[in-house]
Amino acid sequence: MGRTLAEKVWDDHVVRRAEGEPDLLFIDLHLLHEVTSPQAFDGLRQAGRPVRRLDLTIATEDHNTPTLDIDKPIADPVSRAQLETLRKNCADFGVRLHPLGDVEQGVVHVVGPQLGLTQPGTTVVCGDSHTSTHGAFGALAFGIGTSQVEHVLATQTLPMARPRTMAITVEGELPDSVTAKDLILAIIARIGTGGGQGYIIEYRGSAIEKLSMEARMTICNMSIEAGARAGMIAPDATTFDYLRGRDHAPTGEDWDAAVAYWKTLRTDDDAVFDAEVVIDAAELAPFVTWGTNPGQGAPLSASVPDPASYEDASERHAAEKALEYMGLTAGQPLRAISVDTVFVGSCTNGRIEDLRNAASVIEGRKVADGVRMLVVPGSVRVALQAVEEGLDKVFTAAGAEWRHAGCSMCLGMNPDQLAPGERSASTSNRNFEGRQGKGGRTHLVSPQVAAATAVLGRLASPADLSEARTPAGVR
Amino acid sequence: MEAFTAHTGRAVPLRRSNVDTDQIIPAHWLKKVTRDGFEDGLFEAWRKDGDFVLNRPEREGASVLVAGPDFGTGSSREHAVWALQNYGFRTVISSRFADIFRGNSLKNGLLTVVLDQAVVDRLWEITEADPTAEITVDLEKRQVLADAPDGSTLTAAFELDENARWRLLNGLDDISLTLQNEADIATYEAARPSHKPRTIDA
Repeated sequence: MGRTLAEKVWDDHVVRRAEGEPDLLFIDLHLLHEVTSPQAFDGLRQAGRPVRRLDLTIATEDHNTPTLDIDKPIADPVSRAQLETLRKNCADFGVRLHPLGDVEQGVVHVVGPQLGLTQPGTTVVCGDSHTSTHGAFGALAFGIGTSQVEHVLATQTLPMARPRTMAITVEGELPDSVTAKDLILAIIARIGTGGGQGYIIEYRGSAIEKLSMEARMTICNMSIEAGARAGMIAPDATTFDYLRGRDHAPTGEDWDAAVAYWKTLRTDDDAVFDAEVVIDAAELAPFVTWGTNPGQGAPLSASVPDPASYEDASERHAAEKALEYMGLTAGQPLRAISVDTVFVGSCTNGRIEDLRNAASVIEGRKVADGVRMLVVPGSVRVALQAVEEGLDKVFTAAGAEWRHAGCSMCLGMNPDQLAPGERSASTSNRNFEGRQGKGGRTHLVSPQVAAATAVLGRLASPADLSEARTPAGVR
Repeated sequence: MEAFTAHTGRAVPLRRSNVDTDQIIPAHWLKKVTRDGFEDGLFEAWRKDGDFVLNRPEREGASVLVAGPDFGTGSSREHAVWALQNYGFRTVISSRFADIFRGNSLKNGLLTVVLDQAVVDRLWEITEADPTAEITVDLEKRQVLADAPDGSTLTAAFELDENARWRLLNGLDDISLTLQNEADIATYEAARPSHKPRTIDA
């Protein structure tokens, strides 16, 4: 019987397989950041162990870093101490680090791919659940806890029970207004936040094959919000073109050997998935969340659901709690929801294509009075590219704030936070209670919907904007 | 890791589904660089409500958390496990756990027990009716026991793969176990293709 993509990559990394034990998997790339690594380095020190493979390990600073005044000392002493801890750990153990201020600094899941380190058929781990992002390259990539970070530092392996496989097949053409973000939000709403538990998802079908690498990363990024261990997309010409010429992409004979291998990384025709979901791309529309988990979403044209409409008691209760927290009423049109803040950024939607998409909507328009719009590039490289294309000027001319790279308001570990009761439209990945600041209320949206929402001050899609734009330079 | 064989204690019935790790321990607590001192951050936002179940005096000293489905979703932060342990929980019962949280908990000796929602419902009823009711989680027998107020005893079997159970029962350290197979790792490394990425020149 044939094998799925996930099974092929898994099998290629089994160091040891024994009856009654989890497989011991080799890890090709270990990404580190300041939040989930300090206790792991401490563990190494206590046991007197070195980092086994410094050449497969890289660190950056992202979760805590400020997005303003980055040349000044970090105001929050606890954040500063955590960054200093990472710097000391990397120096002590010899780990390559891209700290704040470095041209390769940025959100860890933006940095890996842009350096060309994330490659098809590799295993990638990081102490961050959104490591699933890297699956867009046909890598097997998953988030791990700090104990596992220590385990990988010490052994470059992880004992893992093999997950089941799920195919999510998206056939047809995505309508013009529909983005990868809308697609993944719709998928999570359909299968639920636990729908992927115990699975590696493979996204496939004609609609997926047509997506850019950036869009594929957006999809794989949010696999974890459906509970999946990982998300993957088979590598193809789009993948190879993205990688060619990047800093750490193979060259010469190695490139040819790599591509030959990468081309084998497709699910065999006779392979069987443990679960399958089929989605018709043509039926999708711009999608936003109304609740406090990423599965609580609906098309923008819909209304806030009535909790009484849920048959399942636990879902009904969750919807009631969500509406209470979000300050929403059943039946309220989603388009009538006003926001205070718009956030464009994160490992979900902080790449260059995302910024281009948001800029294309807001160009020649203005952010609505009373609305704050933050644009936070996913990395310094993304920021530099955006500046080269003039996107920063498009945002600032519209009245948005152009910030320095980092995780920023996705999780509010730095000063970029919502105030209690404030409401955001956010291109990030989690609408959990208090995620963007204590008492903050989050609606997850695509970059295009974020930009249109900033202009109208309420949840909106680009189609809701009048054709009129302010000519450049005229208020 | 602390070994887990069996534990008996009073319970906190938490009737919420999708308890994400941001609720268990909010992000601002993640700036700490230790594995301890997280107890005050546990469910920090919900504890601001005086009626929240964890705040009730009769739940003080409880060590068994009985939660709704999809417990531990979201962020991979192991701090969520440390916060539960720092607070005094030894075991969490739910009908479904998020994968990463479950992995983290078992590596720290916090036993996550999966039971049918119907059994979880019954445990909620028992421990809400009688806050002094104790729940026993026995890993050797893979069994949960609770005495109901009507004098009956609830007994429920749970699954846990044999390898994870063995490591928990003995409090074994994963890294030491893996390093026993160091030769296998070296053999694998020697055969890796040269086109695989490297972060630095080795």
